[in-house]
Amino acid sequence: MNAVVIRVRGQVQGVGFRPFVWQLAQEFGLTGRVWNDAEGVGIEAAGPGLDGFVAALTARAPKLARVDAVEVATFGGALPPGFEIAESRGRGAETRVTPDAATCAACATEIRGTGRRQGYAFTNCTHCGPRFTILNGLPYDRAQTTMAAFPMCPDCAAEYRDPADRRFHAQPVACPACGPRLWLEVAGQDMPGDAVALAADLLRAGAVLAIKGLGGFHLACDAANPVAVATLRHRKYRPSKPLALMAQEAALQGVVVLSGADLALLRDPAAPIVLAPSRQILPEVVAPGMAELGVMLPYTPLHHLLCDAFGGVLVMTSGNLSGEPQVTGNAEAREKLSGFADAFLLHDREIARRLDDSVERSTPPMVLRRARGRVPGTLALPPGFGTAPQVLALGGQMKGAICLTKNGQALPGHHLGDLDDALCADEFGKAVADYRALFDHRPELVAVDAHPGYRATQAGKAMGLPVTEVWHHHAHMAACLAENGWPLEGGNVAAIVLDGTGLGPDGTLWGGEVLLGDYRGFERRFWLKPAPLIGGDKAAREPWRNALVRLDQAGLPDWADALFPGRPRDLARQAAAKGINAPMSSSAGRLFDAVAACLDICAEGQSYEGEAAMRLEALTRHVPDQGCGYDLTLHGTEFDPALLWPAMRNDLRHGLPTEVIAERFHAGLGQAFAGAARQLVESGAAQAVVLSGGCFQNTRLLSAVEAGLRGLPVLSHRLTPANDGGLALGQAVVAAARSLGGAESR
Amino acid sequence: MALRDTHVTMAHGGGGRAMRDLIDEVFTSVFQPPGSEDQARLTGTALQEPGARLAFTTDSFVVTPLEFPGGDIGKLAVCGTVNDLAVGGARPLWLSAAFIIEEGCEIALLRRIVATMAAEADKAGVRIVTGDTKVVERGKADGLFITTAGVGVIPPGRDIGAARIRPGDVVIVNGVLGDHGAAILAARGDLALSTDLASDCAGLGHLMQAALAAAPGISAARDCTRGGLASALNEMAAEAGLAVEIQETALPLRPEVVGVCEILGLDPLYLANEGRLVLFCPEAEATAALAALRSLPEGRDSTVIGRASQGQAGRVTLRTAFGGARIVDMLVGEQLPRIC
Ligand SMILES: [Fe+3]
Ligand SMILES: [Mg+2]
Ligand SMILES: [Zn+2]
Ligand SMILES: [Zn+2]
Repeated sequence: MNAVVIRVRGQVQGVGFRPFVWQLAQEFGLTGRVWNDAEGVGIEAAGPGLDGFVAALTARAPKLARVDAVEVATFGGALPPGFEIAESRGRGAETRVTPDAATCAACATEIRGTGRRQGYAFTNCTHCGPRFTILNGLPYDRAQTTMAAFPMCPDCAAEYRDPADRRFHAQPVACPACGPRLWLEVAGQDMPGDAVALAADLLRAGAVLAIKGLGGFHLACDAANPVAVATLRHRKYRPSKPLALMAQEAALQGVVVLSGADLALLRDPAAPIVLAPSRQILPEVVAPGMAELGVMLPYTPLHHLLCDAFGGVLVMTSGNLSGEPQVTGNAEAREKLSGFADAFLLHDREIARRLDDSVERSTPPMVLRRARGRVPGTLALPPGFGTAPQVLALGGQMKGAICLTKNGQALPGHHLGDLDDALCADEFGKAVADYRALFDHRPELVAVDAHPGYRATQAGKAMGLPVTEVWHHHAHMAACLAENGWPLEGGNVAAIVLDGTGLGPDGTLWGGEVLLGDYRGFERRFWLKPAPLIGGDKAAREPWRNALVRLDQAGLPDWADALFPGRPRDLARQAAAKGINAPMSSSAGRLFDAVAACLDICAEGQSYEGEAAMRLEALTRHVPDQGCGYDLTLHGTEFDPALLWPAMRNDLRHGLPTEVIAERFHAGLGQAFAGAARQLVESGAAQAVVLSGGCFQNTRLLSAVEAGLRGLPVLSHRLTPANDGGLALGQAVVAAARSLGGAESR
Repeated sequence: MALRDTHVTMAHGGGGRAMRDLIDEVFTSVFQPPGSEDQARLTGTALQEPGARLAFTTDSFVVTPLEFPGGDIGKLAVCGTVNDLAVGGARPLWLSAAFIIEEGCEIALLRRIVATMAAEADKAGVRIVTGDTKVVERGKADGLFITTAGVGVIPPGRDIGAARIRPGDVVIVNGVLGDHGAAILAARGDLALSTDLASDCAGLGHLMQAALAAAPGISAARDCTRGGLASALNEMAAEAGLAVEIQETALPLRPEVVGVCEILGLDPLYLANEGRLVLFCPEAEATAALAALRSLPEGRDSTVIGRASQGQAGRVTLRTAFGGARIVDMLVGEQLPRIC
């Protein structure tokens, strides 16, 4: 009889892979054994159905598994009479933990049935449930999770031990007899009755609820009730930032237009917030000025029960104090959210790790915030990086996120928020420790942004390891290259990097660049003509400042005077002239702000980062391509927006709708940058064009640039954020590439 | 009067007659140091007390413009050194003053500056007992630089310093923050600022003595000069190995300063002060300390702004009006935008 040893690589632990193998073995009549080890899953097997068995390992793998490789070799050893699930082998076995996964169909059915888990908010199985958010330590087993506080009852224990059961080795398995408890609390009182039904009643009555979720608290209210939404906004000091929504699929269909791709993404076990076109049914206050809404499906049994009982669409925004990350503990919630929430829907399973909801888009595919459901997950490094050292990259400032590399893999961490916030800074320290443990990582190199004021940079320099400083926009470019698998020796690319601000090697702040280079190095070939940022970061909060400097620069100070009569223009101009806290910047983000301010969009201030640009983009939603973007003349190496302003002013005077003006701006910006990049490819200097930086979350800009690059190889972000959330991956590969030596190819 | 020139020339630094005249007429006649030797010979009974310790500090002063609303470089030079001594718990007694004068400096200006120095020294109860002048060529200095050194006495049994701060100590400042920095900015920049902002420059020796008398448990104090309150607190938190949290709503700020900061995008926590100190004291003595501070003009607006605690060593946070906690860093060079 031909016995074989099979090695399965990929994300195959903690996802029900061994019971799946056991069941397949029964089906195909095999004898042998299966086990977990440091490399994944190992199988020794023999029997008539071997070929079908091997094929099924990939074809029918559990939903949460990702099979990267199945290697088969002959086996000469002895096999047991039946098929058994063996003990884990070797050090490092079962150290991997998979991302938290949305409630599976079987569990969703079970809680609506009549069994012992009917209506039970903490139902889960091997194919779904909490993972990373309940992990306290490694290896990942129940004792090391926040489920350790709930000893299994005999029924649950039997399911846990039975390879034929879908709860075989599901660490958080629970039922009402042994698991976490849910209750509704009003003014410190645990209310008698069905917590979910009470919560739904309160929501229907217009109340704001604090709900303990998977990775943190949400604040919820009835999205269709403008008074409730306004109350939530007022209490949270969140005047206009779009609020995320949650509902069952049918209810979501009523408020947004969902494509097949949107539905597939919504139903993914990661259950991200998906941006989809609004039907303009919900009150404007849910997402003022936006053409899209962020929607998600219920992803825990608690959410399912609540959405079923409520019926409509819920606002589900993170429960936090302004500027802080979301609250995770019950006591913390009572302390911080009692001013926001009329009632608390609480449970007694602790959240070990704060994870925000991921935010994604299906078409074009992009990740705007990488968090719950996506972490921890690895990404294969491109060819050429196999022997790279273990790098710890520490990311940016406002959208903190780290990234580790090891054995040809990258492990990008989750969104941590603004590291100036004390809780986020704590979370940063914890993330470094967490991911190092998960990856059994011993960093040889630390990679940081070159900006000395980034907290992550300061932390990196204090680690006592060799530090590689990476220029902000080089990191953006490299991140995009890496996620697209561009080989280390793939040659030079032209990178259009458009974002807010990042420190450039010349000491000014960049943000509207065309770079030419590779993983190791780069040169700046074209850039947006710099203008002063009056008041430094203040310029990013008050768009009128950017309009003022750009109009003055273009010789139209009178228009600025007319547009912003109530602003301290004289002082601002003097600060710019004398260079008092007015550093020069080629930021494309600030150019968006300037255009928005001229159209009276957020001129005086933005209540959240990127508001002006997002509103500008939203205006273009239903405008067809005009075919004549505003001219951003390329003078030598600088794109000069001087002609943009008089053209805009002229269009306004002729009564052109702001929607059309917004479109012409997007088109012009796209044409200009695409044209310069095209030139680098067509001259043979570059092999492809890379699009990175936070501005490329703007789909109108993305399509305008792509239109200008038609026919050329274009790399853009799909798996990692184009914004600073993706910086760490870029930092890691730049540091790795430099350490691997070799010449810069320029 | 032997000195007829209106402006300082290189001859005034040459070591000859012109120099003698300048020193005699502008400096020594006003400061009246003891004796004519090029050294001060000091006697003080305070020094002889068993257990008393000598405090000794030095600082150089550069500022543009040399005269500004609320003071001039001379006032800064006296108050700065007096305050360095005072916040260490010492009673300031003697100062030295060294002047580096740029060729072309107006002599009338020098006289005014020296006069302020004498007056400030008088107010602070210190004597300027020795000094030096040098003249450098045009362009080699910015008008006038002054270096002062100071000697004071710490009485027996007094030992204050950041290492003595204990969890629970309250944080007190003696008045509104950032006036000096904002006033200098306004005076320098020809900014269209129509403000009445004046530098807060003041000697804090008496204030500190009064506070220590009323609240002997005061653990530490520091003057918030360059780098502002933020830098002083960061240094102290690091030395203490404690966390410090201050409340945004408790910070004493003049609306004009807030306004200037709003427009220029500056953080008042980092603006320079020249008459402000921050002190830590046990909660039990906070009321007594506040009362003593408020009894003097330079402490009239004293207030509690925060507290030290166990927590991440060296971390200073600002509890915002919305309830979040923002980390308040040590300034790393020039503050460059970070929003991306
Ligand atoms: Fe960036
Ligand atoms: Mg000093
Ligand atoms: Zn399930
Ligand atoms: Zn149970």
